[in-house]
Amino acid sequence: MSANPKVIELIYDSIDEHNEIANTSKILAKSLDTVLFGRDGNLDSLGLVSLIVAVEERVKDEFGADISVADDRAMSQTQSPFRTVGTLADYVSELVKEAGYV
Amino acid sequence: MSNTPVILITGTRKGIGRYLVDHYIEAGYRVVGCSREPANIESDAYIHCITDVRDEAGVKAMLSTVRRDLGRLDILINNAGIASMNHSLLTTTDMAQRIFETNVIGTFVVCREAAKLMQRRRYGRIVNLVSVATPLKLEGEALYASSKAAVTSLTQIMARELSAYNITVNAVGPAPIHTDLIQSVPQEKLQQILDRQAIHRFGEFSDVANAVDFFIKPESEFITGQVIYLGGV
Repeated sequence: MSANPKVIELIYDSIDEHNEIANTSKILAKSLDTVLFGRDGNLDSLGLVSLIVAVEERVKDEFGADISVADDRAMSQTQSPFRTVGTLADYVSELVKEAGYV
Repeated sequence: MSNTPVILITGTRKGIGRYLVDHYIEAGYRVVGCSREPANIESDAYIHCITDVRDEAGVKAMLSTVRRDLGRLDILINNAGIASMNHSLLTTTDMAQRIFETNVIGTFVVCREAAKLMQRRRYGRIVNLVSVATPLKLEGEALYASSKAAVTSLTQIMARELSAYNITVNAVGPAPIHTDLIQSVPQEKLQQILDRQAIHRFGEFSDVANAVDFFIKPESEFITGQVIYLGGV
C-alpha cells in the first residue's frame, strides 16, 4: 500500500525531534528507505521506543486517533513495521485508516 | 514553556495526596492533581482533573492537557489507591479486581503516559506510593498487600527501563497514617503494626513528604529503583 502523505510528514517531524537530541552518529535521514531497526539499523531499541512514542503522539494530534504502533500485531507481521521509515509509514497509515480517520 | 517545574499527583482530594498538593504549591511547583470527584483546592498554581486512574482514556486526556497547556512534566507522584480489609476467604473477585485495577493498572498507565512526556526532555522523577503491608505480610490485607507488591516490582523494573531517559522511579511505603484508608482497621490491629516498626508511632503526612522530597531532588539522579519504608519496617 502507499503511505498516507500526512503520516510520512509526521514521521519526518518525529525524526527531526529524534535528531535534535541524537548523537551525530545516530542522525536519521528523512527518507522512506532509511533503515530504522534490525540489521544495519540506525536505531537502538531505546531510540526506536522514543521514535514510536513521538509518532503515536503526533498521530493523536493530527488525526485524533489513539493508536498503539508496537503491539502484538506489529510484532507478528511478516515484514517488521520497524524495518524502515517506509514500512513504518505503511503500517501507521494502515492503523490510522482502520481507526476510521482517513 | 514555563521554567516552573510541573508535578502531577494522583488522588489529591484528601489524605496524603491533598497534603502533598499544598506542600508542593508552597515549594513553588505548578501542581496538577486528579481524583474521581472534584477537589476543594483553590490556587492559581493548581489544576484539578476529574480522572479515575482506572480510566485509560481519561488518564491519556489528562496527560495530553499537561503536554499541551504546560509543555512539560518533571515529577509524578502516584498516590491514588484503594484498600479493603478482609480475610482472603471473604474477599470477592469484584473487590480484588477493583484493587488491582486502581493500584496496579492505574499506577502503570499513569507511569507510562507520564514517562512518555518526561522522556522528551530526558528528565523525570516518578515516586509510587507502596505500603508496609507488603513486607509485614499483614493478615487481612492479602489483596492490598499483593497489589502494592506488584507496584514495587513495577517501580524497580521501570527504574531500569527508564534510566536511559534520566527518569528515576522510586517508591515510598508509609507506615499507618490516620487517613480514610485505615479507618476500618481495628485499633488493636493498628497497634500490632506499630509494634513491629522500629519506631512505634503513626506516620504523619510530613513524613511521606520528606521521603518524596528526597527522591525528587535533582541531586537524587543516582537513586532509582529504591523503596523507603517509613517507621523502620
